[in-house]
Amino acid sequence: MNNTEIVKQSLKRRYAREKRFQLYGRCAVLVGFVFLALLLTDIVVKALPAFSVTEIRLDVDVSREALELPVEGRLDRDAIIAVNFGGVIKKSLREAFPDVTKRKQKRELYRLVSSGAEFALQAMLVNNPDLIGDQPLRIWFKADDDVDTLYKLDTRTSRISDLQLGIIEQLRASDSIRTVFNTTLFTASDSREPEQAGIRGALLGSFWTLLVTLIVSLPVGIAAAIYLEEFAPKNRITDFIEININNLAAVPSIVFGLLGLAVFINFFGMPRSAPLVGGLVLALMTLPTIIISSRAAIKSVPPSIKEAALGVGASHMQVVFHHTLPLAMPGILTGSIIGMAQALGETAPLLMIGMVAFIVDVPGGIFDSATVLPVQIYLWSDSPERAFTALTAATILVLLGFLVVMNAIAIYLRRRFERRW
Amino acid sequence: MNASVTEDLGTSSVTEFDVRDPDRSTQVKGFEGTIGENTLDNPKISTRNVNISYGEKQAIFDASLDIGRNEVIAMIGPSGCGKSTYLRALNRMNDTIVGCRVTGDLTIDGEPIYAHNMDPVLLRARVGMVFQKPNPFPKSIYDNIAYGPRIHGLTRTNAELDEVVVTSLQRAGLFEEVKDRLDAPGTGLSGGQQQRLCIARTIAVSPEVILMDEPCSALDPIATAIIEELIDELRANYTIVIVTHSMQQAARVSQRTAYFHLGKLIEVGETNQIFTNPRHELTENYITGKFG
Amino acid sequence: MQTTTLVIVIAGLSLISYYTGRTRAQAYRLDGRLLALPNQYGYLTAMWSALPAIILLLAWLAFEPGYLNDQVIANLPAAAQQLPTEELALLVNNVLLAVGNGGLSPDPVIEDAAAAYLAAREQSRMLVTGLILLLCLSGIIFSLTRYLTRLHARKRVETVIRWFLMLCSGVAIVTTVGIVLSVLFEAIRFFESVPILDFMFGTTWSPQTAIRADQVGSSGSFGAIPLFAGTMLISLIAMTIAVPVGLLTAIYLAEYASPRFRSAAKPTLEILAGIPTVVYGFFAALTVAPFIRDLGTSLGLSVASESALAAGIVMGVMIIPFVSSLSDDVITAVPQAMRDGSLALGATQSETIKQVIIPAALPGIVGGVLLAASRAIGETMIVVMAAGLAARLTANPLDAVTTVTVQIVTLLTGDQEFDSPKTLAAFALGLMLFVSTLLLNVVALHIVRKYREQYE
Repeated sequence: MNNTEIVKQSLKRRYAREKRFQLYGRCAVLVGFVFLALLLTDIVVKALPAFSVTEIRLDVDVSREALELPVEGRLDRDAIIAVNFGGVIKKSLREAFPDVTKRKQKRELYRLVSSGAEFALQAMLVNNPDLIGDQPLRIWFKADDDVDTLYKLDTRTSRISDLQLGIIEQLRASDSIRTVFNTTLFTASDSREPEQAGIRGALLGSFWTLLVTLIVSLPVGIAAAIYLEEFAPKNRITDFIEININNLAAVPSIVFGLLGLAVFINFFGMPRSAPLVGGLVLALMTLPTIIISSRAAIKSVPPSIKEAALGVGASHMQVVFHHTLPLAMPGILTGSIIGMAQALGETAPLLMIGMVAFIVDVPGGIFDSATVLPVQIYLWSDSPERAFTALTAATILVLLGFLVVMNAIAIYLRRRFERRW
Repeated sequence: MNASVTEDLGTSSVTEFDVRDPDRSTQVKGFEGTIGENTLDNPKISTRNVNISYGEKQAIFDASLDIGRNEVIAMIGPSGCGKSTYLRALNRMNDTIVGCRVTGDLTIDGEPIYAHNMDPVLLRARVGMVFQKPNPFPKSIYDNIAYGPRIHGLTRTNAELDEVVVTSLQRAGLFEEVKDRLDAPGTGLSGGQQQRLCIARTIAVSPEVILMDEPCSALDPIATAIIEELIDELRANYTIVIVTHSMQQAARVSQRTAYFHLGKLIEVGETNQIFTNPRHELTENYITGKFG
Repeated sequence: MQTTTLVIVIAGLSLISYYTGRTRAQAYRLDGRLLALPNQYGYLTAMWSALPAIILLLAWLAFEPGYLNDQVIANLPAAAQQLPTEELALLVNNVLLAVGNGGLSPDPVIEDAAAAYLAAREQSRMLVTGLILLLCLSGIIFSLTRYLTRLHARKRVETVIRWFLMLCSGVAIVTTVGIVLSVLFEAIRFFESVPILDFMFGTTWSPQTAIRADQVGSSGSFGAIPLFAGTMLISLIAMTIAVPVGLLTAIYLAEYASPRFRSAAKPTLEILAGIPTVVYGFFAALTVAPFIRDLGTSLGLSVASESALAAGIVMGVMIIPFVSSLSDDVITAVPQAMRDGSLALGATQSETIKQVIIPAALPGIVGGVLLAASRAIGETMIVVMAAGLAARLTANPLDAVTTVTVQIVTLLTGDQEFDSPKTLAAFALGLMLFVSTLLLNVVALHIVRKYREQYE
């Protein structure tokens, strides 16, 4: 048998193997796609309920007698603030459902409405004292999160009693219960009650933290890249710096957190939980990314341009700042935005420096206690209330939204300014 | 039979080709068909009206040429004339280049090369190829040679395989130099040795035809001389098509020579005749070194 | 003065300095020869004003809190100074709270200390403000001297910039040194109370130390072997998923896929790399883990609700794009000549890939896999959210295990004093983590670098 025959005979088997191998490859790509799709769908589905919130309509008696305010004369602000609005709301609940008489049942009744309702009523009347009068007000109050879950998702949590179920049916029958868009999500900060919790504090915390990161890492990163690419002599020290940068890029992020805790907080005594420390830690983490991408951008500027500038008598430093840097800027910015996007999603090191605290106030600067979006996600995902799961997923969507925008800008910059020399 | 084949293996590899501006290549002065004996009786490979293009750029125009059995035929011409492209069409190596299109009748022993029932794997086992730059695999010398027989299942026992390896190395004139270090990596050899290793690797599959794409262009004169000698010896068993940049080499190793110019096959003939008495003006200009 | 005010003052004075320097150089140019353009003289004088002031300001910002702390302690009554460290720290903290309150406190001792603190702060601020003003003004005065015009301003400015650039590139080294020192020092302190061998080879991990001296049974044991084993188990699961899938993806995209499919698929898969780890953690904890538990239960297996499998699978998926993009780099770096050589011998494409390309790319692929492994070991959020807390020595992927990173987070979040063995243990774990990932990275980067050089 000659070789041609042997090869011919082997062909069928070999092509089958070829097909199989290709199939493995296809499957591998598919696995990635499927997982991505699953992940995104899962989060979107989980997040949807968080964008709406259930409200219950109550007729509230806001006469001066009911509010225990002086019957005559001008009402001053402090007097209105001091009113026991909790009691007022409980009273209107009792009036709406006069059948409920036992103490235990009453407590179940009161729990239908969010504990934040009294503050909503308070804010409403403080801002509009004219509403106070004999005309009762029809107000939509936020429902408690268990009611919210029941009404929106038709899922009964263990904390919903039979009585409450009946009342909700009555409310439904009288059109006194509805869902509306959840603006609280974007206007409020963290809270123990899911229906009162929002991401404003975390958003601002992320903003301040990233601001510090940007201010520190961008100039330092660009300067380091310029030095290494343009001025550094080829010697051991430069090699060592290079190895260092590459290694830092692969050091686990949590180790940076330990660095921040030991150096910034314990050694320098900077404030715990503050965006200042978080930003510094993230800046150190982002530096390698910025340096590596900036160096690539600087390297891609053709030597002919530098030589032309040198040829007309510019100093090396002038060439760098007048020609190389401006031409490399789009590439540098692209890399920096990608670095910032990584920093925005980073969680672990911030846990180390105390940014996981429960913080209700919106941070006003880099020294205030704050939390950031990913840490908020971590905190909420741990909460037992079902409604927090939806909030977590919604926060993830917001975070992913920011990341998409940042990456889109980076891609746009790259396309817009990409030069072919 | 007029089979046309476009890319069907789906690779994304892209190779740079030095194809000149197509507008210029259509304007070869005084070209009215190939001059000389471009057809043979009972050829090993026959090509008729071959056109090859990469996307918009046409690299070969209407070339017809027969390649005889156990002969060495040299393809010469200025760079970018399409001789390498033509060579790669003979064992369908052009399949790996996206957008490459070959039309015309190409047959080996009368079987159409570009027919759907012609298997490229089988074809390449019959028509081997040696490349411009030596490209040994990053494996041992032994494994480099054994690679072909192994994938095709040509040998049944290890002893048989050992024999194939040794014979191939002997035929390529490399055995004496490497017999003590068959386990050493093939990439550690000198350039000339590497190229002979690649020839041995090709021989190990026992092809009928060996295509050589400027096999000596990366080698020094001594290594070149050894390879040229080798080519002459191999003629006894194989048909060899060699693309070369060096006219001296063509004159030394080949029996027939084909001259390509800007994608056109200008002239074919006995090597002696081409170099001493070229019939076409372009061939003469090239031979006498007016361009190159 | 406040820090922001100081910054504004420095900026303003430097600007003035710039103008005086430039004006003076311009005036001089009218009757003499200058070595550089007037602008450069402006830059020079501005730097003269600003740089020392900025350095002073930064140093002050860094060391002021520590200095003030010492002042507070020094001003406390002798009895209070004798208190144990923790109580003293608490007291100081109360003082700082009082300071935030405007120096008011019900406790007269604290109120006194707060007053001392405020006085010391006032003093240090006055001093720094004065010094900064002096430094800035010295620049302006310098710009008015004759000496200025004799300098080659541009060269001087460029030397300063060069030094600045060099210092910035040194930040990478400083960071590494900072990491090493911070984890090393705390780890050494930890090893003073827990022998290093007990830590490295102990098999029981229960970091609950006694709160009161007379408590029994919770002396705390810090044997880290279960943590290492847990980390290994989860990383192993992750790598079993990420390596084959990532490698095959890279091969398919590099060798088989059409350019169009490739250009669409690559960025899509890279989205996986851009998703924050906390999102993966959420997905692992709330979707994958319950799914695997239910699946296991329906098959009659007992699966922990925080199984290593769930965390490992999700981590594996996270690493897929990492492996695939690194492998893609090395596979495309294999020269086309290798493919041609193999195809010309009649090999099919898969034979070429399996027997020529992969062996040729192997060092690079190994490097990439090592980098991926280092990432898996150091990954924190997925395991914190989806893996367990209890240290258990097991190889069963359906059990809950804990990892080094999980324990670091658990030990350091929550309220505890900084000096307790519990918190110090986190730094010892951090040291282990840093050293092991560093080794992996150094080896991996070295292999990858050698590989690149081979084909360059």
